[in-house]
Amino acid sequence: MAFVTATWNPLGEAFYRKTEVYEMGWRLSSGLRDCLVAAAPYGGPIALLKEPQRRSPSARPQLEIYSSSGCSMASFVWKSGVVKHLGWTVSDDLLCIQEDGTVLIYDLFGNFKRHFSMGNEVVQNQVLEAKVFHSPYGTGIAIITGAFRFTLATNIDDLKLRRLPEVPGLQGPPTCWAVLTQDRQSKVLLASGLDLFILDNTACSAVTPPGLSPQVCSIVQMCVSFSYKYLALFTDSGHVWMGSANLKEKLSEVETKVKTPPKQMVWCRRPKSHQPSVVMMWERHLLVAGECKETIQYKQMTCQVLIDRLVYRKLYPLAIEICRYLKTPEYQGVSRVLKHWACCKVQQKEESDEAIARAVSVKLAEAAGISYSEIASKAYECGRTELAIKLLEFEPRSGEQVPLLLKMKRSQLALSKAIESGDTDLVYTVVTYLKNEMNRGDFFMTLRNQPVALSLYRQFCKHQEQDTIKDLFNQDDDHQELGSFYVKASYKEKRLEARLSLLQSAVDEYNKAKNEFAAKATDEEMRLLRFQRRLEEEKGEQLLGLSLQDTLRVLLSVGLNKPAEQLYKDFRVPDKRYWWLKITALADKEDWDELEKFAKSKKSPIGYLPFVEVCVKKHNKSEAKKYISRVTPEQKVKAHLAVGDLEGAAEAAIERRSEAEISMVLSRCLSTTDRGLVDRLNRARSTTAKK
Amino acid sequence: MAQPGWRDAPSPPDFSLLKRLARDQLIYLLEQLPGKKDLFIEGDLMSPLDRIANVTTLKQHEVDKLYKVEHKPIVSTSDQLCFLIRPRVATVKWVSDVVNSDKAAGRFRRYKIIFCPQKFYVCDAVLEEEGVYGDVTTDSWHFYLLPLDEDIISMELPEFFRENFLEGDQRWVETAGNALHLLHSLYGPFSKVFGMGRCAKMAYESWRELQEESEQKSRRADIGTVFLVDRDVDYVTPLCSQVVYEGLVDDIFRIKCGSVEFGPEVTSSDKSVKVMLNSEDKVFSEIRNEHFSNVFSFLSQKARNLQTAYDKRRGMDIQQMKTFVSEELKGLKQEHRLLSLHIGASESIMKKKTKQDFQELLKTEHSLLEGFEVREAIAYIEEHISRQVSMVESLRLLCLLSLTENGLLPKDYRALKSQYLQSYGVEHLLTFANLRQLGVLVEQQPGETLTVMESKVGKLVNDKTAGKLTDAFSSLAKKSNFRALSKKLALVPKSDEEYDLRVPKDMAYIFSGAYVPLSCRLVEQVLERNGWTGLEEVTRMINRHEFAVGAGGGGPEGGEKTDAQRVILVMFLGGCTYSEIAALRFLGRERGLKFIVVTTAITNSGRLLEALLDH
Repeated sequence: MAFVTATWNPLGEAFYRKTEVYEMGWRLSSGLRDCLVAAAPYGGPIALLKEPQRRSPSARPQLEIYSSSGCSMASFVWKSGVVKHLGWTVSDDLLCIQEDGTVLIYDLFGNFKRHFSMGNEVVQNQVLEAKVFHSPYGTGIAIITGAFRFTLATNIDDLKLRRLPEVPGLQGPPTCWAVLTQDRQSKVLLASGLDLFILDNTACSAVTPPGLSPQVCSIVQMCVSFSYKYLALFTDSGHVWMGSANLKEKLSEVETKVKTPPKQMVWCRRPKSHQPSVVMMWERHLLVAGECKETIQYKQMTCQVLIDRLVYRKLYPLAIEICRYLKTPEYQGVSRVLKHWACCKVQQKEESDEAIARAVSVKLAEAAGISYSEIASKAYECGRTELAIKLLEFEPRSGEQVPLLLKMKRSQLALSKAIESGDTDLVYTVVTYLKNEMNRGDFFMTLRNQPVALSLYRQFCKHQEQDTIKDLFNQDDDHQELGSFYVKASYKEKRLEARLSLLQSAVDEYNKAKNEFAAKATDEEMRLLRFQRRLEEEKGEQLLGLSLQDTLRVLLSVGLNKPAEQLYKDFRVPDKRYWWLKITALADKEDWDELEKFAKSKKSPIGYLPFVEVCVKKHNKSEAKKYISRVTPEQKVKAHLAVGDLEGAAEAAIERRSEAEISMVLSRCLSTTDRGLVDRLNRARSTTAKK
Repeated sequence: MAQPGWRDAPSPPDFSLLKRLARDQLIYLLEQLPGKKDLFIEGDLMSPLDRIANVTTLKQHEVDKLYKVEHKPIVSTSDQLCFLIRPRVATVKWVSDVVNSDKAAGRFRRYKIIFCPQKFYVCDAVLEEEGVYGDVTTDSWHFYLLPLDEDIISMELPEFFRENFLEGDQRWVETAGNALHLLHSLYGPFSKVFGMGRCAKMAYESWRELQEESEQKSRRADIGTVFLVDRDVDYVTPLCSQVVYEGLVDDIFRIKCGSVEFGPEVTSSDKSVKVMLNSEDKVFSEIRNEHFSNVFSFLSQKARNLQTAYDKRRGMDIQQMKTFVSEELKGLKQEHRLLSLHIGASESIMKKKTKQDFQELLKTEHSLLEGFEVREAIAYIEEHISRQVSMVESLRLLCLLSLTENGLLPKDYRALKSQYLQSYGVEHLLTFANLRQLGVLVEQQPGETLTVMESKVGKLVNDKTAGKLTDAFSSLAKKSNFRALSKKLALVPKSDEEYDLRVPKDMAYIFSGAYVPLSCRLVEQVLERNGWTGLEEVTRMINRHEFAVGAGGGGPEGGEKTDAQRVILVMFLGGCTYSEIAALRFLGRERGLKFIVVTTAITNSGRLLEALLDH
């Protein structure tokens, strides 16, 4: 049995050993010398660019991609510009950052995906050094140019280039630098000799690490922990300073007694310890430093990421098996894998649209929470519009189809789908889009066929664009609505002439709409307005805008009987109505003689009960009684009751032998004072009931 | 018809949680704008806001001055302005004007708009068009539901009715879905959902989508069944004169957000008094559902009891008196105060409503509902119009006539409209256009009635096409089939029987025994049948769009129901009346069920018709 500690080497108080977990499958003839190397975290792929400095067409660099165990996944000759840096994104894409700031993106099979530029300043001054970093916002790139200025993008999938402020007095390249993520912002920390600066979006601020050894003249190496919480600085005096990344706190300082800067310096966690430490590597030394009191919670690679990785490697069946085994919720597991599969499938150029659509629908039929619109988007991106439309038809949530349909300029279809979704905000979005895209005629025509969208747009126009509404109705030949539009407008108009002309337009529209009733009513309104104005001018009565009835009432109440009479005839006011108005007006004026005269002028079309009532209303019972004899028998009881004549009411009711009327009178009698009457009525009621 | 074995109705869930949630979110939103700020509140949000957070609470969160939105230039000197508004174009435009006039004056302030209960895309569009999109921050206060009482929750969105049913603007449907989602997550899971109406269907779909996206938490349900009703399923009920106490108070004094202001004629002093009307008012809670004819005798009995309680004082020794004063007197005084207010209100109602003309008005309504003496009713309406009794009331009678008669004869239609215009002004041409569009005041199509047409078509083609054709016809003429529905569902009890209003035997008591509200009858029928089976003819007449989810195979359910299954949430889209609530309360007592009413707003005939005017 071998001596168990034989393979362990001392490292200060601790020991370490090297064990070979597996053998790398690659054969590298000249090792990693003269290579740009990038390894993705958590055993992700490894990229090598051999001899990156080569530029001649006859001798170009070679780009190779290996799995973490060294199996070759891709290898090709690099034909683009000079690469300064390689890095992997969180979704296993390879970033190749060129000297001119162009970034080329490849998937892990070496397929070119896209490229973008880091901006003009980088093109001009060229990349001096670049770093790829990861944050909760995705994968970012930081570049320092030949002019010693930094350009930074926090998320390459949502590219927003930020040029960081100048570092005052910086004449040469910084001795070292790193990217930090603090306060939801990416910042650059750089050292120039002993000076430390933090660069954020707006400012460059000088900072000092607390408790840095006084012998230090220059900070030569730095590294930030994975979580961006800790910072380590290596100084020319051989000290390692460790502290919080915000430079507020020092955790410890170690003197290494080595003055050459280490080749590599990283934060790690020591086995069986929760304390973070810094590991430094020189050619022949390895040093672990750090006695941090706090623990670092590293985010472990989640199952999600594992499945992602399988998916990026197109190992779909395996990914699905694992999801099933782990009982990952379908939405995050199997469905997600299938979606990726489908997105890959739609890119297969050799297959027909029909075949692909069928294959996708068959495979995805059972899966929950699939977004067909995402797959369709992918198809559209690959230039397969027809396929995209086919795939969209599988999308059950119609709202999801809308953005892509708009992108594909299928705006009519987008509008129908938005309406189908019941999401009015979405409908409105499409309407706004259409309004800007189409000419007015086509736009209106489209709305006309979509009442839901039309009413939404009308609501908007009602407040914002009155005239558009009119145009809409015009386009539709909707004369009825146009008529109403003018009528509405006429109420807002103060000047009579303008008002009349709007009403005339309304009449014309109503006529076109064959709405004779409305045309006539509006025409009469115009006549009434003119009549009112004339009277206002002649007699000084405020009439304008009153209804016909109110006009009549005012006229009658001030004794302008002639014009009232004229209105009554001109506007064919029903007799009943006129009589009502007339007697009410006379009673209000307490002109009892005139009332009596009027009653006798001809037979009343409303009977004589109203005469009784108007008098009673003005508390004149004696006048009221004058009319009781002329009231019809059916209304006599009511008339007597109105003037408070219970005897008379009782008599009338008994005479008519009406049980209901007898009861009505009874209900008005008081048992104390009207005893005799009550008895009489009760007797009469019982005889009536017997019959 | 209390059935043996029914238990007492379960008690309603605790809805005060809704208020707490709304308050917490509002405070959070106010804190998003740190520092002192002036708050501008949309007029119709003031009362609801008052129920959630009082002025002290607002001041605690650095609200300096409070203003009502008045669509006029502002006078605030604050550096921060916060607007708590409805997502209306006009208001957003006004806010933009405020911002723009500040800009023109070179004044710098911070602006925040809080939309209640949610922001619409169109709000952003207006801000953008007015060029202030970048100057204001926006947020939404998801205050969807205001509990007005232990069994009434209002969304306080009166505009829902007009915008949805008249203008075809479906913006608020999603809001209703959100409200339902909130209720479901707090008091669900709902096991059954029934609905009738297009909007109900859409609100259900919108809720279901939210449901699919959100996590399902398993909890014990407080509410088991939900019923969604579109207002346009039944316009007759809200257009009838209300005669139960709460409805009458609403018709006459207008209850606003669960509280009413009684004027001097009620308080018999020179002051007005605001009273909260809910189940905490012991006097009110006993009379709210009563037919008005019983209210007076109840109140006088109550007054006698109160007197007796006061009289206990006589012959008390000092110790007893002390106990009486400290323990009972306050309660008695409170009761005394409320009692005198309700007596005052009843007197005032009596003055207005027991007069001859109110009786005649009711008689006319009843004959319209029964379909007897319609000519007399028309004559009555004509007189009503020519005497200019009330612009809205005349309109209400015209609509009732049209709804119950499946439209007016062309001759009547023209004559009545023309008289109406003479009386109340020609601007009502626009009102008539609206009423026609809504289908509540229309002209009869000459010749055949819909049902006749339908049966003829039915014979010619198969049922499915006939159904489609029916839909087409109905949307064309928007005819109600009130008479047929009334017969099918026995809405109008036989008039020859005496109806004892003190001991109601069915929901018709809320209309003096003359009519069972259609909306409530449908709820009753569907619950009884556990679905729409057997109601096919009825659903055809109410334009379909009925649905039942989770009700199983249909047919009456056997077995004992759990408490949650006996708590039924009825959501009215487009408003409901206090009379309908009273009818459902009656039904609940009869069947051992607890009805919770959720409505977009409390409505009555006045509000409903005023919403359809165009000025």
